[in-house]
Amino acid sequence: MKIVVAIRQVPEREARLRVNAAGNAIEEEGLQFATNEPDAYALEHALALRAAEGGEVIALSVGPERTANALRDALARGADRAIHVLAGELDALGVARVLAAIVRQENADLLLAGLQSEDMGYGQTPVLAAGLLGVPHTTLALEITPAEHGLRVFRELEDGWRQSVDLPLPAVVAVQAGGLALSYATLMGIKRARTKELRTLAVEDLGLALEPALIVESLAPPARTKSTEMLQGEPEQVAAALIRKLRDEAHVL
Amino acid sequence: MSKVLVVLESGGASLTRASFEALTAAHMLGAHVTAVVLGADTAAPATAAAFCKVERVVRLEHSLLATYSADGWIAALEPLIRTEAPSFVLFPHSYQTRDFAPALAVRFGQMLVSDVVTIAEGPVFTRPVQDGRLMARCRMTGAEPGFISVQAGAFAAAVPGDVAAPITALVPELAASAIRTTASQPFRAKSVEVDLASATRIVSVGRGIQGQENLPLIEALVQALHAELAASRPVCDAGWVSADRQVGSSGQTVAPRLYLAVGISGATQHLQGMRGASCIVAINRDASAPIFEVADYGIVGDLFEVVPAITQALRSA
Repeated sequence: MKIVVAIRQVPEREARLRVNAAGNAIEEEGLQFATNEPDAYALEHALALRAAEGGEVIALSVGPERTANALRDALARGADRAIHVLAGELDALGVARVLAAIVRQENADLLLAGLQSEDMGYGQTPVLAAGLLGVPHTTLALEITPAEHGLRVFRELEDGWRQSVDLPLPAVVAVQAGGLALSYATLMGIKRARTKELRTLAVEDLGLALEPALIVESLAPPARTKSTEMLQGEPEQVAAALIRKLRDEAHVL
Repeated sequence: MSKVLVVLESGGASLTRASFEALTAAHMLGAHVTAVVLGADTAAPATAAAFCKVERVVRLEHSLLATYSADGWIAALEPLIRTEAPSFVLFPHSYQTRDFAPALAVRFGQMLVSDVVTIAEGPVFTRPVQDGRLMARCRMTGAEPGFISVQAGAFAAAVPGDVAAPITALVPELAASAIRTTASQPFRAKSVEVDLASATRIVSVGRGIQGQENLPLIEALVQALHAELAASRPVCDAGWVSADRQVGSSGQTVAPRLYLAVGISGATQHLQGMRGASCIVAINRDASAPIFEVADYGIVGDLFEVVPAITQALRSA
């Protein structure tokens, strides 16, 4: 089975985010980046499928130069090779067009990706890619196992419900976080990654001219829906103040 | 005025709450709203929609739509959208919408403007980014129709009136071979052993706890407060707390009198599960964490110092 795993690099979860001078994007200066967690799970599923079925796992990322780090990590975790499509900020449709072009080029059986990115959160790139490729797809995958005519996917529904879906290959599966345990790069893995292929190409090399479908005009912190009372001071003072307020103001103690 | 098609979702015999909210949002985008329901028997949801001040309700009814499939939904909706040529197609931002709407949108050269929380003149859509820490105002560039999904709870649910709109039943052209996936009936993940929905006090723990070895700190507070322990999704995914204590749109929805969120940043999916709490206390070291947007009382600080202090103060109170 030839599997392409789409990996996005996003700001590290703990990073302090600042809006840029133009007011429409995150200031990247000094920002730390990490692999989008749902995509890390997608890679884990790909590695598990390869272990069961044999085949090849290709890590694919669309983004600026820094994105290569996410691909090096994927190689260290076990991907066989990587493809980096250099691009500036694209919307979900732009990324999906690139993913679809690479999947076609590679004639891959399966495209795996996280359900949602932790930065823009469009939650649709793999589904758009499935639409562009004209192949069946499913989303919110927690378990993916080879089945008689393709794959059986155990997927999450709302409110604690589950469902299994069978789909033929080629296909696209969007992965939900948490289905299996994440592995991390070992020292040996990092060493071996250095010998693996990481191919870099430009969007233009794919014959694509990408126009944005959605433009972000501005970014701002959310408006407070409640007036939050912030309690300040030493831990003991804050604790005492909180208990007083919960008892006398909120009447919940 | 713009023509809007709003694709509703039925849960059992009636419409989901998110569908009524989508109806409200649809009226903000145009005066001519057509509601669409899909299924094998859509009489009841169609009637419910007809009373929500829409111009018309379209029933897309077919035996192959008895259970949801992305292929079935797309095959049924695409010709209707081409015929109706609306300016906007609107959906509740449910798991089901996320499964098919982007693949439908791409057939029109579009993406889905997903998880929208406000709609302003333009139209300009506001949606959360960076896990809810920032809100993005965005605008579509493409030709019509635009595809939009609205976040659950962001718009008030439409209130049915006394006048019913006309209902049209259409039988979409569908072949069994067009549905390439085979889905099982939904089933329960496992019996939910912990009923957090009826708890009056909940202490909920997030990633900030850093590891399972630090849980006793939280458990001591749970005991001192006579509360139930809950957790955010990443904590349950990591196996630090059992999955049946997960709060959020993929876990349990709770409405206790007191909800103490410890080390939880407040991703949208978590907020959706606990917004209904009467009093929310947030403890987080990041002052910009979205959990503070919904909290009544906020403490910016190190939970490893603040939590033991609260536990101690409760014990001696």
